[in-house]
Amino acid sequence: MSNTKTSMQMTKSAIDASALRASMADVRAGGFVSFEGWVRNLNDDRAVERLEYEAYEPLCLVEGNAVLDEAAARFGVLGITCVHRVGLLELGECAVWIGVAGAHRDEAFKAARFVIDEIKVRLPIWKKEHYVDGPSEWVNCERCAKHAPPASLAESS
Amino acid sequence: MKSVTVRYFAAFRERAGLPEEVLETGANTARDIFEETRDRHGSSEPSGHCKVAVNDRMVSWDAEVEDGDVVLLFPPVAGG
Repeated sequence: MSNTKTSMQMTKSAIDASALRASMADVRAGGFVSFEGWVRNLNDDRAVERLEYEAYEPLCLVEGNAVLDEAAARFGVLGITCVHRVGLLELGECAVWIGVAGAHRDEAFKAARFVIDEIKVRLPIWKKEHYVDGPSEWVNCERCAKHAPPASLAESS
Repeated sequence: MKSVTVRYFAAFRERAGLPEEVLETGANTARDIFEETRDRHGSSEPSGHCKVAVNDRMVSWDAEVEDGDVVLLFPPVAGG
């Protein structure tokens, strides 16, 4: 449906940002935008020790690829890669990496923003925070809770 | 009655105390299954915050459930 090269991956290993960036090299691209989500030491004023991501990978790949295809169709970029980590992550580690190569910067910025926003609310991924001072808890992202399931989730595929 | 396998994830799995179970049920839709298991395991989560898949396809809460289906119940997601 488009000529955009897309790649959606789930991984249990540390994300190698420089290797991913190198994999997207494209002489047609004049702009490259990447976004990294990192494990932060604080959430709602509670000290976080580490994070645990659980995912249902088969549907993460299906839904993630749907997000990348939508971004490709909307913004006409040249390449999009998204990698999401699962398992136990320490502070400072990269939980999600998104790279977009485009002929021009504007569409690359827009596509990267679109992909991270959609990934957060559509993929079956759950985050458990382990706190310094108490028992761990599953995190409900506020925006996700408000987010009505998009049409793509309603028996479209 | 039909036999439906229900799989729980993350907070749902911890609340249910098991990763999956087989229900003998008169449920017609995914929403019926959600409500039946919610009552069974004492959850109060509204379905609007959650997602459901049947046989590895994301579906709406109104999707029909057949004998032998595998229903995946997803609590509110939080990737990224």
